[in-house]
Amino acid sequence: MQTQQARPAQKKQGAPRSSVLHIALGIAAAAIPVITVLLVYEIGNGSMPSIQAYGLNFLFTSDWNPFPANGGPPILGALPSMYGSVVTTVLSLIFAVPISLGVALFQAELAPRSVRAPSLFLVEMLAAVPSVVYGLWGLFALVPFMRDYVDAQLGSTLGFLPIFRGETDGLGMLTAGMILAIMIIPYASSVMREVITAVPTSQREACIALGATKWETIKTAVLPFARTGLIAGIVLAMGRAIGETMAVTMVIGNVARISPSLFLPAETIPSVIANEFTEVAGNGIYLGALFELGLILFGMSFLMNLAGRVIISKLGFKAKQE
Amino acid sequence: MLDYNSKRKYSNLLYFFFASVCFLVALIPLLSILYYTIVNGVSVLSVDFFTKVTPPIGVSGGGILNALVGSLLVVAIACLIGIPLGVLGGAYISEYPGKFSYYVRLLAEILTDVPSIVTGIFVYELIVAATNHFSAWSGGVALGFMMIPIVAISTDESLKLVSSTLREGGLALGISRAKTLIYILLSTARAGVVTGIALAVARVMGETAPLLFTALGGQFLIHSPNEPTSTLTILIYNFGTSPYANAHAIAWGAALILLFMVLGLNIIVRLASRLKVKGEI
Amino acid sequence: MPATLPTVALLGAGATFPAPLIQTWTVQFNQIYSGVTISYNPIGSGGGIQQITQKTVDFGASDAPLSNAQLAATPELGLFPETLGGVAITYNLVPFGLANGTVLNFTPNVLVGIYSGTITHWNDPAIAAINPGVSLPVNLITAVHRSDGSGTTYAFTNFLSDVNINWATEVGYATSVKWPVDTAMNANGVGSKGNAGVAGTVAQTPGAIGYVDLIYAVQNHLGIGAVMNAAGNYVSPTVQTILWAAQNATGTPNPSDLRLHIVNAQGAQSYPIATYTYLLTYKDMSLNPDLTQQKAQVLAYFFWWAVHGGQQYSEGLDYVPLPANVVAADEQFLLTLNYQGTPLLPSSMTTG
Repeated sequence: MQTQQARPAQKKQGAPRSSVLHIALGIAAAAIPVITVLLVYEIGNGSMPSIQAYGLNFLFTSDWNPFPANGGPPILGALPSMYGSVVTTVLSLIFAVPISLGVALFQAELAPRSVRAPSLFLVEMLAAVPSVVYGLWGLFALVPFMRDYVDAQLGSTLGFLPIFRGETDGLGMLTAGMILAIMIIPYASSVMREVITAVPTSQREACIALGATKWETIKTAVLPFARTGLIAGIVLAMGRAIGETMAVTMVIGNVARISPSLFLPAETIPSVIANEFTEVAGNGIYLGALFELGLILFGMSFLMNLAGRVIISKLGFKAKQE
Repeated sequence: MLDYNSKRKYSNLLYFFFASVCFLVALIPLLSILYYTIVNGVSVLSVDFFTKVTPPIGVSGGGILNALVGSLLVVAIACLIGIPLGVLGGAYISEYPGKFSYYVRLLAEILTDVPSIVTGIFVYELIVAATNHFSAWSGGVALGFMMIPIVAISTDESLKLVSSTLREGGLALGISRAKTLIYILLSTARAGVVTGIALAVARVMGETAPLLFTALGGQFLIHSPNEPTSTLTILIYNFGTSPYANAHAIAWGAALILLFMVLGLNIIVRLASRLKVKGEI
Repeated sequence: MPATLPTVALLGAGATFPAPLIQTWTVQFNQIYSGVTISYNPIGSGGGIQQITQKTVDFGASDAPLSNAQLAATPELGLFPETLGGVAITYNLVPFGLANGTVLNFTPNVLVGIYSGTITHWNDPAIAAINPGVSLPVNLITAVHRSDGSGTTYAFTNFLSDVNINWATEVGYATSVKWPVDTAMNANGVGSKGNAGVAGTVAQTPGAIGYVDLIYAVQNHLGIGAVMNAAGNYVSPTVQTILWAAQNATGTPNPSDLRLHIVNAQGAQSYPIATYTYLLTYKDMSLNPDLTQQKAQVLAYFFWWAVHGGQQYSEGLDYVPLPANVVAADEQFLLTLNYQGTPLLPSSMTTG
């Protein structure tokens, strides 16, 4: 730490000099609201041709036909991609939430001191892997595994259920849901761990004093206390999952389809944009529809993250983002 | 039937088992990714791999030189934008609390949650469509926009941790706020600020979606940032989804390099902060 | 061709169909003129048309010719064919027991059935009937198509529309269509990005069928089908059969409208799904704000080289060298390329 020599009394320069710093830093800080406003403006503006053409129907149309056979204007709707986004996100939560809770409990309560730091570190590494590397691994490792083992098993045992009907090549909603689950575990477990750690030790000690086992302590003292925070963790993880692009695009099969079977290829909002954005052949409505999908995605992710953060701030501490 | 205490013992064991299994299950993908990347990537590494540019579709040989340079360039541009605006913006939030700061901090958190593909189409409309030009610049700007809020938030958090005694001490000595900030506060919070920057760099280095519509891609080493360029991430996406074994091999090699840089940065940063905690203030 | 060219970076984008050839050209051109780096990004024909219309690239490429409406909207755009090739019907059945190298026959109506989702399994009677003696697997057909805007889709659906009236009215032909197989019950349609993506998906998915430019099928050692042509013969795509299609159907190219339709060509052994593919450029290159006169001239030289010196690389990559009358028409078109009226190529250009 640097120390300054004691200076002779300075001229009264406090106010102007602070103002310069204030303004300089303020300008830097203003970049953030400016970027936000620009973002919303550009995306909203880009969506206008589609909003004007379809109105609210866009959200309920299941067709995605940019070049109809009769040469008319494109018939586009958000429903197939919204369906895919929602289904893969829900799937990912079904797998990720229990595992994240287990991981969080392990890290917060179970791990011996020497194991704790490495356990935190390893899960954080899961979050650091770039999405496109997940996608590459997904294509060559997860897809064949799903196709040859998981889907085959599910199909033969539970194939009467509509969600497991049909043959599969491994590219589809189930695989996408799995890869999303893996990717959101670090985020969900991090929030859950913070929430669990935040439960006052007095509660825990009271349970131990009464002779409770570790599990009973968790069950009666920690989890009820932490319940709201756990929900916040789930909501934040949802917000992440819905915006995930590269890994999902590489394993979901890229077809505009709404089908109950999880084995079949589908698409999500980010995968549609990634596949089709550079190719919109000079077509105002088509490009507008892709922007509108971006707007919908921004809105969904914004709402989920806002909800998660509001819940957490009400609990009095911040969630770590790394 | 088990007696009551045995049931308690067994449910406790079950809990241990469940939590440990969950942890191990969560690790399996990480280990699998490392295994696949290392095994597939190592076999393609060679001098050629680092000195040649990407091959045309379906042609064997080639390397990742232009993609590697492209990644470094795009991240460098992102840092030029993200570090100054992020650090100074974060300093503002921490040093001048008030309504404006509150909203800036809130918007920063919202911006960190924006899906990166939305940032991509935003910057496409803002720069590429307006100038009719794909470029490494626009890719760097997209990543820079992503860096600013991350760095601002971590700078704010780090500065907040500096005790107010130090702040007041500086002012008590008659040092201007600017010098207090630079010489006392930021240097004390240095570790946290640098950590935040390094993690933000690791994050944007691994991004693909925002670059698909801005930096676009390319087959040669570029002469200036005005040209479009490939990056490690764009390469992995294009070559990974192509049908050629040679392209797949190059994609794995690029993934190995990328993982090495991104995970390496993460590891260094975390080790360093752990050492700092043990060693210094 | 000049002895040297200045250091210049150019950007093209568009069809994945000719991408292996165009990228080979840019590498070779860079060997001759070491300062000229031309990056070609295969993003699909739709993207090529979009980007050149938006002037975000220096030239575009598309297998789908500009429609009359598109040309009317941007009359300053011109196109010329730089190569031609065949759309192969490719399949992955070796894991299901089909002997390596077996050539399956397909009629247009069978292909319509597969991509409509009415023919869902490989041992369907319709397929068995035209492939006597082949033991077809019982498995599901995964019908792979493009997920992006594609000239290959255009050529393939153009062919299906030519031969099947139901397809023509219900689906039509375009760079992107609504594939009935995607929504049909019990069928499995999958979309992949680019010719590379379709070939990759077919290569990794046992039981898959896809339509790709010939080189993508050959290089991936995938099964390549024989398609029934207008004369009623089953023809496999080769440089020779595609060339016959071109020779029979090209006619006399008109330099001011070089769009050529050679799908379902006459001729005993003509391959029925053959297509030219086009480079798109502004005739007056000054209209593209990114192009200085110097850059425009280098680009014009590249175009000239591509249809002359570049053609020697075609056969090695399973593309067909342009027939002489098409090259002559291209030359006439290229000589009209100008920069605010000043022609970019000297009128004394010979085939250099």
